[in-house]
Amino acid sequence: MISIKQYGEFETSWCPGCGNFPLLESLKKALAHLDLPPHRVMISSGIGQAAKAPHYMHCHMFNGLHGRSLPVAQGMKMANPEMTVICESGDGCVYGEGGNHFLAAIRRNMDITLLVHDNQIYGLTKGQASPTTQRGHVTKTQPGGAPSEAFNPVAVAVAMKAGFVARAFTGEPEHLTEMIVQAVNHPGFSLVDIFQPCVSFNKVNTFGWYKERCRVVEDHDPTDWGAAMALADEFGERIPLGVLYRGERPVLATPEPLARHRYAAGDLAAVLQSYA
Amino acid sequence: MPDTSINIVIGGEAGQGLATVGQLMARAATRAGYHLLVNQDYMSRIRGGHNFFSIRMGPEPVMAIAEGIDVFVALDGRTIDEHRDQLNAGAIVIAGEALDTAGLNALRVPFKELAPKPLFHNVVALGVLGAAVCGDVTILEDLLRQTFGKKGDTVVQANLDVVRKAFAWVGEQEFDFSCIAPPQENPGRRLMLDGNEAIALGALAAGCNFVSFYPMTPATTVPITLIAKGAPLGLVHDQAEDEIAAINMAIGASYAGAKALVATSGGGFALMTEGVSLAGVSETPLVVVVAQRPGPATGMATRTEQADLNLVLHAGHGEFPRAVFSPGTVEECFSLTHRAFDLAEQYQTPMFVLTDQFLADSYRAVPPFDLDGLPEIAQPLMDAPAPYKRYALTDDGVSPRVVPGFAEVLVRADSHEHDEQGRITEDPANRVRQNVKRLDKGNGLMQDVIGPEYYGLDESDEAADLVLLCWGSSLGACLEAAERLNAKGLTRTAVLHFSQVYPLREEQFMDFLESAGQVVAVEGNATAQFARLVARETGFVVTGSVLRFDGRPLSPGYVLKGLESII
Repeated sequence: MISIKQYGEFETSWCPGCGNFPLLESLKKALAHLDLPPHRVMISSGIGQAAKAPHYMHCHMFNGLHGRSLPVAQGMKMANPEMTVICESGDGCVYGEGGNHFLAAIRRNMDITLLVHDNQIYGLTKGQASPTTQRGHVTKTQPGGAPSEAFNPVAVAVAMKAGFVARAFTGEPEHLTEMIVQAVNHPGFSLVDIFQPCVSFNKVNTFGWYKERCRVVEDHDPTDWGAAMALADEFGERIPLGVLYRGERPVLATPEPLARHRYAAGDLAAVLQSYA
Repeated sequence: MPDTSINIVIGGEAGQGLATVGQLMARAATRAGYHLLVNQDYMSRIRGGHNFFSIRMGPEPVMAIAEGIDVFVALDGRTIDEHRDQLNAGAIVIAGEALDTAGLNALRVPFKELAPKPLFHNVVALGVLGAAVCGDVTILEDLLRQTFGKKGDTVVQANLDVVRKAFAWVGEQEFDFSCIAPPQENPGRRLMLDGNEAIALGALAAGCNFVSFYPMTPATTVPITLIAKGAPLGLVHDQAEDEIAAINMAIGASYAGAKALVATSGGGFALMTEGVSLAGVSETPLVVVVAQRPGPATGMATRTEQADLNLVLHAGHGEFPRAVFSPGTVEECFSLTHRAFDLAEQYQTPMFVLTDQFLADSYRAVPPFDLDGLPEIAQPLMDAPAPYKRYALTDDGVSPRVVPGFAEVLVRADSHEHDEQGRITEDPANRVRQNVKRLDKGNGLMQDVIGPEYYGLDESDEAADLVLLCWGSSLGACLEAAERLNAKGLTRTAVLHFSQVYPLREEQFMDFLESAGQVVAVEGNATAQFARLVARETGFVVTGSVLRFDGRPLSPGYVLKGLESII
């Protein structure tokens, strides 16, 4: 059995009380629960406070560019289909800078898990509106209130029939761990959008704000796409947590680790011969 | 030496199948034992417009495109108007009966009579062309069997009937055109392929097993070839949502053990530049093929230029080592791409192959590449003793690179400045150590620089009156221009060609520049980018230049005309 201790404890650069702490803890618990040793897990992350998470645990890590964690994660998975690949970043990174990659990754449907630390604000750059910031939310760069309608990632993912779409909240850590476990187990692309309060820069969507609204859904059939769409659209007095949608689609997969792949000399010679 | 080559030009609208005629003719010439060089001139459209496919072929090596036309296949009237002025004395024009060929030495082809179905009209053109240059019909027959074999015997037979009928028809005509000289001797089996195909084959020979790309002319035939030839052998490919995704995917794949390549053109490469910087700091091997076309921005999508040298030299913020290769021939497209993979792994930093539309689309007949003679490609480690440090400080700056997933050591790669273990840190002393470590890899790259090729005078060590300084695909035009100047016996001319434009090692070439009476830069751009790079790196200022930036390839005639006002 793998213990959470194998994933280590590290000093972080997060603010005291940051929602990233319970999220990191849930991730490590989920991986231990899945009996995955650190050397079987590759984590790709982008830039932002969330994207630092793999620095604070034992695992293979590629901490790349802002917005580009999904392309790197898919490159990893194509190069080594035997590894568990997790992509971890914030709402600004995945839904803003990397929005096109989010749509393309859902369409490709590789067996990777996307964990989005969604605090509805830019934390690392100190409090500007993110794609999930609610319209009207006043910030230093949006003094008249955020002018755009908030992006609803789970509704988009369900609309696109992503294989596994879940929402979780760091205030429900056991449920969050369970969502991560299910997401990693799902064969194909899985999204867990995780509410994770920013204690320093989001004074609107606080821990209490989420606690008051978030409810784990019961009696929902995640294979019912229409019901899933309706749930995914709910974001107000009540915000549903849990697996919103689950579907089966062909998974884009490669057959073998490319590090072991070699061309036979005869095959290359035959390729040249085809140009004679 | 008299020019023994002939220049065949096949022109028409996009969609008339002229590239098929051209490719089959070029392959037939290759099999017959001729040397050849193809230039494809096409517009950014699928139907209509005016495209042409030139094949310069001859019994002796052909180095560059020709301006004049000897055999002219016109598939539409506009083609005749566009090229009438280029016809050499004695040129023959092959055109349909319906086209106006008054005043021309024409073979007026009854297309409808020779093939009732318009579908076969390009095969009629091929047959008439093959017969007019006194080709061997059996070579064309074999090619048609291979080309249409998959479509079944009926289709093959229909094509064979048409080509034989076309040959027979030419035999009955009276026309004035002297046959091309026969091949000097059988040069043995050769391959016919263009620059981009050779890049793809060089990559495969190096073990490239991953390509991610977003389609962009004139680079797309690199991934197309990799997919066509490599995917059946296990190459993994993905058409990404954009160039940013393409390069980041390739970096992720390379980190995880793939031998990865991306290919694009200027605009797509501009999008990739942050990824280039990521490969630099994360020390991830990556080969980037940039096939140039004229810019700025969209420029001219299907035309040629050498104006992205500065972009490739400077792409990516921050400081990290790189090498830039600039093949001058199809053979170099193969060998330098292979080398780029080796150096990318050895030095764990991005490598660039800088080509252009002209070379990308230019078919040549080349001896088969020697697969057995290629150097071994460097390989990453699969394990390392603990404690493993991905960015360990070493004498040469190269840290042991382990592929994650095959042992228990953990591999941490980071785009931030990081410590030896790959963890974020802003410690100033560490920053200096890691930055110096990365740049130290440049010392090794400098030792591995391929020096320029000096094509001197026949009388060996005599200094030249004139040195043509060039890089990349302009080699052939310069060589032929020099040959013609030397044949006149007035200006003793040499050529100095760089197939690696960065880094530069002064001691490999300064003598050639300093001893020359005059140095003239010949480049396919408006600002002599390479001459300026030489000045920046060595202090040697090139005063004269022949520059072409109208979107067309440099030709010997263009170079000679440009030199008139300089020498």
